[in-house]
Amino acid sequence: MSTESATHLRDESGPFFGEFGGRFMPESLIAALDEISAVYEEAKADPTFAAELAELHRTYTGRPSIITEAPRFGEYAGGARIILKREDLNHTGSHKINNVLGQALLARRLGKTRLIAETGAGQHGVATATAAALFGMSCVVYMGEVDTERQALNVARMRLLGAEVISVTTGTRTLKDALNEAFRDWVANVSDTHYVLGTVAGPHPFPVMVRDFHKIIGEEARAQVLELTGALPDAVVACVGGGSNAIGIFHAFLDDPDVRLYGYEAAGDGVETLRHAATITKGRPGVLHGSRSFMLQDADGQTLDSHSISAGLDYPGVGPEHAWLSSIGRATYLPITDAEAMNAFRILCQTEGIIPAIESAHALAGAIELGRELGPDATILVSLSGRGDKDVETAGRYFGVLDEAALAASALEQNALDANELTDGEAEAGELDHDAALTAAARQALDEASSRVDDLSAATGNGVER
Amino acid sequence: MSAQSTPTFRAVSPVGTAIQRANSARKGALIGYLPVGFPNLAESIDAAVALVENGVDILELGLPYSDPVMDGPVIQKATQTSLDNGFRLSDAFTAVEAIRARVDAPILLMTYYNPVVQYGIDRFADDLVSAGGAGLITPDLTVDSGAHWIAASDRTGLDRVFLAAPTSTDERLRLAVDNSRGFVYVVSTMGVTGARGDVDAAARTLVERLRANGLAEGSPAASTTGACVGIGISTGDQVAEVLEYADGAIVGSALVRALADGGVSEVARVAAGLAVGTAR
Repeated sequence: MSTESATHLRDESGPFFGEFGGRFMPESLIAALDEISAVYEEAKADPTFAAELAELHRTYTGRPSIITEAPRFGEYAGGARIILKREDLNHTGSHKINNVLGQALLARRLGKTRLIAETGAGQHGVATATAAALFGMSCVVYMGEVDTERQALNVARMRLLGAEVISVTTGTRTLKDALNEAFRDWVANVSDTHYVLGTVAGPHPFPVMVRDFHKIIGEEARAQVLELTGALPDAVVACVGGGSNAIGIFHAFLDDPDVRLYGYEAAGDGVETLRHAATITKGRPGVLHGSRSFMLQDADGQTLDSHSISAGLDYPGVGPEHAWLSSIGRATYLPITDAEAMNAFRILCQTEGIIPAIESAHALAGAIELGRELGPDATILVSLSGRGDKDVETAGRYFGVLDEAALAASALEQNALDANELTDGEAEAGELDHDAALTAAARQALDEASSRVDDLSAATGNGVER
Repeated sequence: MSAQSTPTFRAVSPVGTAIQRANSARKGALIGYLPVGFPNLAESIDAAVALVENGVDILELGLPYSDPVMDGPVIQKATQTSLDNGFRLSDAFTAVEAIRARVDAPILLMTYYNPVVQYGIDRFADDLVSAGGAGLITPDLTVDSGAHWIAASDRTGLDRVFLAAPTSTDERLRLAVDNSRGFVYVVSTMGVTGARGDVDAAARTLVERLRANGLAEGSPAASTTGACVGIGISTGDQVAEVLEYADGAIVGSALVRALADGGVSEVARVAAGLAVGTAR
């Protein structure tokens, strides 16, 4: 039994992965977690559940997602053969839909009519809002105030899909606080609400269940790479925040000992600074959000703020299965800074015509480092977990290619329209001042934006760095 | 080390004893919650002393934590203030010692699990005993995940309070009854901490279910475990209503709000009003 499980890493199914995982939750939620565990076990044994999910993936998600060779990108990675698993082409733009559709089907089995979710970059929130619309369920998404500002486009997407987005203003106002709010909502509304946790963290059974819904990534990719190259890849790489896309692509390879697995954590300004989200690299074991894993914390066990240019990786914890894979040496976790990720982001845009999510750019940066180490004979499979549409503003600003003046002009126009609406049928005296103030504010914004564009243009123009 | 011979081991539950005393003298026990370090360490100590001087039988001191998933907005705001002021875990032991030097009421710490894990579960238990504390309430640690804490509290004789919720199965209620010492924390309603107009009828049903699953009838003997109801209680009338069927009533957010709004004198006044509800 023990030798059996030691040779089949894929069979680990919780609640513990080695010393990691478990269920550290308020008693009020234990019944709901037990119910999910039971219904999930039933569903796993029921072929109609698998068939339903497969049909949704075929006709709605767009699975199987393709693989794409990236030879021009590979030139920057020591000439290694780079193969991208294109989760960015899924409906809603990332891997997140895999888990959400699975959990929505379960929620229906549980008789729940309301879905709640936490979101960082907004990808999981968008996926949950999408599933709620598809299944005719109501949806509330919790998002840290800081993230609603840097991912405004995804907030709008969720609202267009009919979800209510609640901006979380407690704690550090980022992803971890969105999880706290979602748990609080769930405690109060557990009778009709399913919490669609978006990553392989949280209390059992979430780490196992979310992994199972994502393992299709690696199962497809393993067969696709074998078919394309006649062999398994030398390495599989993915970005790691909570770790859902990484575990999804790793899982099918866990028992292939010759395939190296690399997870890339967000190092923000650098792991030598305090502004990073490199949980396994710099954290130590603790209990956060219901499971024991690595986390960023101070001496007293208070969770530390994390930082990353990528909202989706800006989380001070990590899934327990990753902590375990790291502890037994099966997977290696390394830090990638904001600057390294953004460099890889630009390289992929300009060599392959693919705009990646900034999260996925961390995996690309890792592939560049690894390719240079392994050389031109190596094949590296990269999880391209999401597309960069949501990041256009962040990246545009980072590289100084965003036309801030045009944005400000469009804001000016909008303000004028709003002001006109206000003056229609209203008393004039106050409105004139209001109008003038708006115009002045917009002018100032325009001036500031133009000077910023000048600064940025001066600083760029160096193209792709090798 | 040998468990039984530890000199600090307490055979009698201090919290159970206080509940028994309150139930024989009055209708039942009043348990008051305040966070350590809010609005600052000195004032949080004064406020806790004022609670006991105004009729609170057992103190529940909250340890501020960065991710308090069971707490509503009033307590979150107070604990965040304490963290922003530089709260350290050692402040909790300082507070317990200072309060115990001034008033004679058992003190439970209410803490999320990770700070205890990081401090070291055994070291935490030993330091709590040294400071004169009675035990822990663990909102995110259940019996089935709590073997290490159960062993540490068995070794030291500290009280341990597990929670029972309206959604708990009979099997889980029995686990909470069998493994709690002092009392079982009866979660009156599905939700986070915070004052509510009505204390849910679910609390009465839940106490009945706990009694059916092994909880002692009537006044608990000092060696056994009582049922104390918390979450949503904010008035003397609600305390009186709860004590008709439970051994104790727990008040948190209403006291924290009083401390935030009117300082120690206001929290003393509110505590005295709540204590009226314990009179027979």
